[in-house]
Amino acid sequence: MHELAVTQSILEISLRAARERGATKIRAIRLSIGPFCGVIPECVQTYLDVLAKGTPAEGARIEAKLLPLRVRCRDCGKESEISRTHIACPACGSLRLERLSGRECTVESLEVD
Amino acid sequence: MEITVLHQVMEWNEDVSAEVRATLREKRVCLINVMGSPGTGKTSLLASLIAQLRGEFSIGVIEGDITGQIDAEKIAALQIPAVQLNTDGACHIEAMSIQNILPQFDLGNLDVLFVENIGNLVCPAEFDIGENFRITILSVPEGDDKVKKYPLMFTDTDCLVLSKCDMLPYFDFSMKTVQEDYRGVNPEGPLFPISNRTGWGVGELADHLRRRIRSELS
Repeated sequence: MHELAVTQSILEISLRAARERGATKIRAIRLSIGPFCGVIPECVQTYLDVLAKGTPAEGARIEAKLLPLRVRCRDCGKESEISRTHIACPACGSLRLERLSGRECTVESLEVD
Repeated sequence: MEITVLHQVMEWNEDVSAEVRATLREKRVCLINVMGSPGTGKTSLLASLIAQLRGEFSIGVIEGDITGQIDAEKIAALQIPAVQLNTDGACHIEAMSIQNILPQFDLGNLDVLFVENIGNLVCPAEFDIGENFRITILSVPEGDDKVKKYPLMFTDTDCLVLSKCDMLPYFDFSMKTVQEDYRGVNPEGPLFPISNRTGWGVGELADHLRRRIRSELS
């Protein structure tokens, strides 16, 4: 939902990382995105195409890895991956769950020259 | 060549929300993030809750709106410290705004700080503002499909308040649909049906909040 601000942040993080490693061109930016972080990769790409003009990231591709929603059951202790529309432990059906992941939005790595 | 970065993108907000949380913990203030659509009855509910809770807790309110002072004036009329936070177009409040506005309150003499977020069922849920917990309000006229359509707002909340229940006879609204959908996305969250106009159900909600605030402040 807030991809303009998010993309600005992604661009800054990427340019800084590239500069620190002496890279001159960013080909791809790899993101990992949780189902609850509210970021749509296609929107990030659209904003990046505009924001990155004239920088080493111009023309860079956004490659997003979508992360699962991981939970730990407070009753049977099992960790599992579930859908965000049906929140229950797949092993025992308990509703007492602790969320382990879901809100991530991370720049994982860059493909650079 | 691939280089590893591993940098969290929303860090700017997460860092500040952690600072807000630390400041408020030190001052023993419980921050409650109140969210819901425009017109769902957030300000009216706050006025009712203030009446119920002010005997036990010293209360302040941050009123978030895109523009204008209307809500802060309503709360200030109750002799409660209220500060209007205008986002100038932004659809949600971020932790930075809360951090900037905290010095306007006498935190040493405050127990509870309500934040009335911008009227919106999408964006506010995505931003941690340093709150202890969240309240989501849904009103009967908005329709019984909203939990399905805006799941995050109902997943990441301490309790759901179903307001304007005095309107149930006039709308094709299924309480059962809301209960089932809410249970699906937030199995342990309680649901409080209320009517702010008649006062029906507000006492039960206030009792729940009283217990919750006490445990946050202990």
